[in-house]
Amino acid sequence: MNKNNRGLTALAALMATLIGAGTANAADTQLVRIGFAGPLTGPSAHQGLDVEHGVSIAIEEANQQQLKLGDKVAQFKLVSEDDVADPRTGTAVAQRLVDSKVAVVIGHYNSGTSIPTSKIYADAGIPQISPSATNPALTRQGIKTVFRVVNDDATLGRYAGNYLVKTLQAQRIAIFDDRTAYGQGLADEVTKAVKAAGGNVVVREYTNDKSTDFNAILTTAKSQKVDAVFFAALDYQAAPMAKQMKNLGLKARFMNIGNLPNDEFKKMAGSAAEGVYAWNYGTPLLEMPKGAAFEQKLKAKFGTGVVQSSPAAYDATWAAITAMVKAQSADPAVYLPVLKSESYEGVTGTIAFDEFGNLKSPAATVFQFADGGWKTLSVERD
Amino acid sequence: MEGNFDILLQQVLNGLVLGSIYALVALGYTMVYGIIGLINFAHGEVVMVGAMVTISVLSMLAGMGFAPGILTLLLAIMVAAAVCMLMAQGMEKFAYRPLRKAPRLTPLILAIGISIALQNLAMMIWGRGYKTFPEVVETRPIEVFGATVTNVQMSIMIISVVIMLGLWLLVDKTRLGKAMRATAQNQEVAGLMGININRVISATFLIGAGLGAIAGVMRAVNYGQADAYMGLLLGLKAFSAAVLGGIGNLFGAMAGGLLLGLIESLAAGYTGHLTGGFLGANYQDIFAFAVLILVLLFRPNGLMGERQADRA
Amino acid sequence: MKNQTAQYLLLILAFVALPFVVDSIPFLGPTWVRILGFAMLYVLLALGLNIVIGYAGLLDMGYIGFYAIGAYLYALLASPHLNMAGLVDGVLNWPLWVIIPLAAIAAAICGVLIGAPVLKLRGDYLAIVTLGFGEIIRIFMNNLDQPVNITNGPQGISNIAPLHIDGGAWSHAAGQAPEALLSLQTSWSLFGLKVTPVISYYLFFLVVVIFAIVLSKRLEVSRIGRAWMALREDEVAAEAMGLNKRNLKLLAFAMGATFGGVSGVLFSSYQGFVSPESFTLMESIMVLAMVVLGGMGSIRGVVLGALILSVMPEVFRDLVNWIQPFVMDNVTFVSREVLRNVLDASTLRMLVFGLALILVMRYRPEGLWPSNRRRAELHDGDPEPTPAATALSTTVPASTPAFDHPAQQADKV
Repeated sequence: MNKNNRGLTALAALMATLIGAGTANAADTQLVRIGFAGPLTGPSAHQGLDVEHGVSIAIEEANQQQLKLGDKVAQFKLVSEDDVADPRTGTAVAQRLVDSKVAVVIGHYNSGTSIPTSKIYADAGIPQISPSATNPALTRQGIKTVFRVVNDDATLGRYAGNYLVKTLQAQRIAIFDDRTAYGQGLADEVTKAVKAAGGNVVVREYTNDKSTDFNAILTTAKSQKVDAVFFAALDYQAAPMAKQMKNLGLKARFMNIGNLPNDEFKKMAGSAAEGVYAWNYGTPLLEMPKGAAFEQKLKAKFGTGVVQSSPAAYDATWAAITAMVKAQSADPAVYLPVLKSESYEGVTGTIAFDEFGNLKSPAATVFQFADGGWKTLSVERD
Repeated sequence: MEGNFDILLQQVLNGLVLGSIYALVALGYTMVYGIIGLINFAHGEVVMVGAMVTISVLSMLAGMGFAPGILTLLLAIMVAAAVCMLMAQGMEKFAYRPLRKAPRLTPLILAIGISIALQNLAMMIWGRGYKTFPEVVETRPIEVFGATVTNVQMSIMIISVVIMLGLWLLVDKTRLGKAMRATAQNQEVAGLMGININRVISATFLIGAGLGAIAGVMRAVNYGQADAYMGLLLGLKAFSAAVLGGIGNLFGAMAGGLLLGLIESLAAGYTGHLTGGFLGANYQDIFAFAVLILVLLFRPNGLMGERQADRA
Repeated sequence: MKNQTAQYLLLILAFVALPFVVDSIPFLGPTWVRILGFAMLYVLLALGLNIVIGYAGLLDMGYIGFYAIGAYLYALLASPHLNMAGLVDGVLNWPLWVIIPLAAIAAAICGVLIGAPVLKLRGDYLAIVTLGFGEIIRIFMNNLDQPVNITNGPQGISNIAPLHIDGGAWSHAAGQAPEALLSLQTSWSLFGLKVTPVISYYLFFLVVVIFAIVLSKRLEVSRIGRAWMALREDEVAAEAMGLNKRNLKLLAFAMGATFGGVSGVLFSSYQGFVSPESFTLMESIMVLAMVVLGGMGSIRGVVLGALILSVMPEVFRDLVNWIQPFVMDNVTFVSREVLRNVLDASTLRMLVFGLALILVMRYRPEGLWPSNRRRAELHDGDPEPTPAATALSTTVPASTPAFDHPAQQADKV
């Protein structure tokens, strides 16, 4: 059903005129458009779709509950736009969402699109809640309409750096990144944290997001006798790196932040997967009170489980809807102050924002691959 | 300094493995260029298709109960090579042959178009994500003077040398090879001597495509994965390798490939150190282009080249 | 002649009216005005590349690098980034009339620097080498955040000021931006019509594009333009006519780069954010496809090509969104996974670019809407056109024979 709703303000406008605004906006219901923007095509399409799934489940639930805004029943409707995770497409898409008068935008998926679009939403006064953009700069621009329901790189980097030095007792650490906005930002934060915790970063090297050959930089790391390697990149690069470490006889612990833990990694890395550490945002879904139920719903409706950010997207949507119901209005100017101060119990934990729009107590989890599967090692939060 | 020898050796070995794959791809460029003077921009995509088809065939065979092994791999490579050859044949017949007499830019732009179209067609068929290459043989590291090289990497190097020798025999000793050399020197005269130029050019494309397919599989085996984007950059680097060695020269392509692999590996391994962290391995991709530019500036006919790069 | 001027004026008027019409149509709205704004930027890029490829016959595959240089120049000189990086004291806020010429000059210098070493190479080598240069520029922008943070690396530069004019100093303290005298970011009204910022940007871009078209046209019919074409068709003959091959080629590179640099400045201010991922090889190929589709060397064709190929992806997006659910529900013999890949708007878009290059080169190398002269050159079965040059005055007879050369020998680019 949600796919029929996707995009196309043209169709929406046409339908509104053809079917008649009368039925859509009958006296007892009020149409509230919820915008979603993320990559639905392109290289990170599966992650974007995951976010969209989370949003559409929240909307479906909200519509079943017949929530009231004033004396009217709110009819929530998903307006979904594809930004291909590209800044230029992102700004065009943001304009589309503003044009179609959405009450809130859930997105964008990555920081590279969230930051340039945040201005467009701010100019229109529309709140933007990203379930997955982690660059600290997003909420440091002094824009009042920006929120995120995920911890930022500074927090996660600090957890990971501390863990490497204090828990794993690593003395000589190599830090690599893929030179994407995401990987570089994160790796810089980890570097800072390692230094702050008293550890040594003996190798700080880079690759790019297309490369699968890391032998050269790993050999450099080997020559520096590192005992831990940190790599900020996605699974398709983490797996070959794990393999090449093993083949080169580099006996150091390997930690990754990207899109692990997932099952694909096991297939790609084979026996080299054993012992790999990985961080992810939030708490492990299944350990949360409503987690299993959410996963079930997702599977029933879309046939796929959680990829990464759908629980956060679900929470972001509900946080906005809850604020609207409390404020008894879908007008951003009215419900924005409520959103800023509310506290909502979601699938991923408590959703409450600080003055910048960040989560008040963001959590992160570290996993390790052992005996053929991912095991939770610990959950960190401030 | 003693302690650093194994690291240097390791970087050299890394470079040779990387270089063997470049070399095989470079052969495809150099053969086609040698004969019709065209940069077959789409060759990188042929390499990519070779890898992707092999993965598909392997997973199909696995679905029928044939576990991945040496025999299934050989079968898959044969299918992939056939597909690649068919593609190359189609390209040559449909696109390049009718334009043989057109202004130079025409076939080149067309080749760029084919490259983009193939890349995106591959994304439609196989998606944009990475495809995992199943482990056909267990990877085992072999120790060489303190450095390690895996059995898979060792086979890659050996196979590319063997292929290279085979190709040399083909070009130097067979009738077809003689015809190819004649066509390369002067198409019209070769035609007058009773050589079927179209057949010779087709054969060149076929051989290049076959080699490309094998190179694609090697790369996929080495890294355990392949994707629709892999062809473009690999192709460009291999082309640089071909120019470095002297385009049109088979041994040049081999030498250029190995040399480029070495340059990349050593540069990635040591620039960070040499420049005090000012430049690092993040500039790895620049080296191939820098080498290309420098060679064209100072020795346009490459290390072993026979032709002038600015031959009008 | 008078008739033609009237036609041009009408056309310009139509393009001026276009955003107001689009803006008021409910299902198009400001979104499509924004798309038209980007289309104008692509027209500018395509016109610039047309000088290099179309006039001088040099296949430049790294053209987007100049766009990047312009974009970053504006981003650095009109955003708080350098201040935040601790490289300068105040927030830079250079005036527009300084940045635009500066970007043009910077891009031109880069064009010469890149062009100078490679110009003696044959056409196809040139393509690969310029491609390499384009990638090198992008890789540097992606990595120059250390040791000194110049470009902010992959994070890109945000908070870039909109195009504006103020009388104030060239820099100001953080957080104390002076009130702009005139900014494209504010709405104003024109004969009672409300002109929103997006429309202002579009109109400003349109003015630049018109200027670029006039410049292109003047170049084409000038002595230099005809010398470029002579070089394109037959270098040896052209040199024998006394043309300075190196200087002419460098000039073509520099001119083309200028257009790219200016376009980059406009892009940077329009988007308010730049990052290296906007300047990939695929963008170069996209601009190439625009020039080739429209017709290399034909101004009207290039404008048409750029408009078609920059608007088309947006139409695709709507089209795909529209048919996807239908196809997903009704086509069952192909797996949903494959269907999703096939109906991927960005893949389809690039596929169309590829196919456009293939089909145009194979069947209609002069492009959709070629200039009369080019069409004649590429179809030598046709009779030679009456030399149009005589009508265009300033003719130097000595250089005319060069471009009357039969097309059969044009393979020596």
